[in-house]
Amino acid sequence: MATVDDLKFQEFDDAANLLAANPDATTISIDEPVEIPKNQHGRLQEPGREEDDELLGTDDSDKTELLAGQKKSAPFWTFEYYQTFFDVDTYQVLDRIKGSVFPVPGKNFVRLYIRSNPDLYGPFWICATLVFTIAVSGNLSNFFIHLGKPTYHYVPEFRKVSIAATTIYAYAWLVPLALWGFLMWRNSKVMNIVSYSFLEIVCVYGYSLFIYIPTAILWIIPQKVVRWVLVMFSLCLSGSVLVMTFWPAVRDDNRRIALATVGTIVLLHALLAVGCLAYFFDAPELDFPAPIIPAHNGTTVITKSQ
Amino acid sequence: MARKMLSKKIIRKHNMQNDTLGVGKECFITLGENEAEHPSMIFMILFFPLPAGDLWGPLVLCVSLALMLQGGSADSKDDGGPQFAEVFVIIWFGAVVITLNSKLLGGTISFFQSLCVLGYCVLPLTVAMLVCRLVLLAGSGTVSFIIRLIVVVAMFGWSTLASTAFLADSQPPNRKALVVYPIFLFYFVISWMILTFTPQ
Repeated sequence: MATVDDLKFQEFDDAANLLAANPDATTISIDEPVEIPKNQHGRLQEPGREEDDELLGTDDSDKTELLAGQKKSAPFWTFEYYQTFFDVDTYQVLDRIKGSVFPVPGKNFVRLYIRSNPDLYGPFWICATLVFTIAVSGNLSNFFIHLGKPTYHYVPEFRKVSIAATTIYAYAWLVPLALWGFLMWRNSKVMNIVSYSFLEIVCVYGYSLFIYIPTAILWIIPQKVVRWVLVMFSLCLSGSVLVMTFWPAVRDDNRRIALATVGTIVLLHALLAVGCLAYFFDAPELDFPAPIIPAHNGTTVITKSQ
Repeated sequence: MARKMLSKKIIRKHNMQNDTLGVGKECFITLGENEAEHPSMIFMILFFPLPAGDLWGPLVLCVSLALMLQGGSADSKDDGGPQFAEVFVIIWFGAVVITLNSKLLGGTISFFQSLCVLGYCVLPLTVAMLVCRLVLLAGSGTVSFIIRLIVVVAMFGWSTLASTAFLADSQPPNRKALVVYPIFLFYFVISWMILTFTPQ
């Protein structure tokens, strides 16, 4: 029969004291299971993933994503919310431009330069500059090509500015939107390590367009070979930045889809360059003079050789 | 130097407009030649809100510039010069965007004040347009082009320097270049429209 004392709650002594009191008692020790953190698990599987972690900086990326969440906490109808997208200094913008022009092999543009502080200043003003640079350079190039021809009357071609603006801003905003939507969709199917926010993608695309500004100025030179070399060169530079940024995001996916995505990114980038070259810059004339055909009513017609 | 010359022009224009419109006085127009250098006056420029009536000056400048850019090779061909509406939109939309940009970057200047400064600094370019049209009446050869080029470049420099002097002061020091560049682009585009104006 249990006494009242037995029914009272008894504090259990420390295991060591109990054992000291009763050395022959059987003891069972329960250890906590060893937790393998995700990084190491990945490392055990594929040693090639190490550079991913270096690229991603997984340690501070968690921290910075937390900070990013804290930063943009102002409601979207206040002015302060939009000010967070312009929180860059001059040297940061210049660094980002440099990073987009000189791709460092193995380094990711977003993690290295943007670091969860995407800005809208760079994309917006680079696009604006590019629009006017292409329009002005195209106009100047056409002027120099057709200079000296008696039938040529110079026109400023102002219509082309609106067309250039529509094209370039559409590329800089709609393509990132489509890419972001696509990556989100794939993310729901395949667990990716890397995922970018919409603004980071806009940022990468905006800064990657910077190389086309000096390219457009150099396109004034009326030589076909020079122009195409410039296209290839600038495409390689900015294309490689884009590829190195987005490859880690699609690498875990089905091989074909990954390659198709990266291929589409480069293709659209190339299309923009070639399209601008074809539309805004007339083909340079060949060196021999155009034949003059006297028409039957006495006026001369000069045919243009394309 | 640029600030003095600009403030003198503003005084003259405002005196004209004050007589016709009866717009109230603001400290902007009371600047004399010596007062513009005084730091307290600069303080008052930046923080006194200007009434919206002060945008009449820029409006007059914008309309006259847009009118003078007409009569180019815009009537018959498609790819001509800018239409009236296009000039208008570029100037006002450009000024609004630059003002928004400087405020988003942390500037302390008020919205209307910045619009006003940018609008008034179109004045040298309007003068350049007038000179260009006069030179083009004389002829449109290489000499006239060189004269026009020099005039437009000089006026473009003046506009940019004058507006930068007013607007860059209200920015934190490590972002001044970020604010100055769009102003440069804005006046460059206007100068380009003026320089490439060809009469029919």
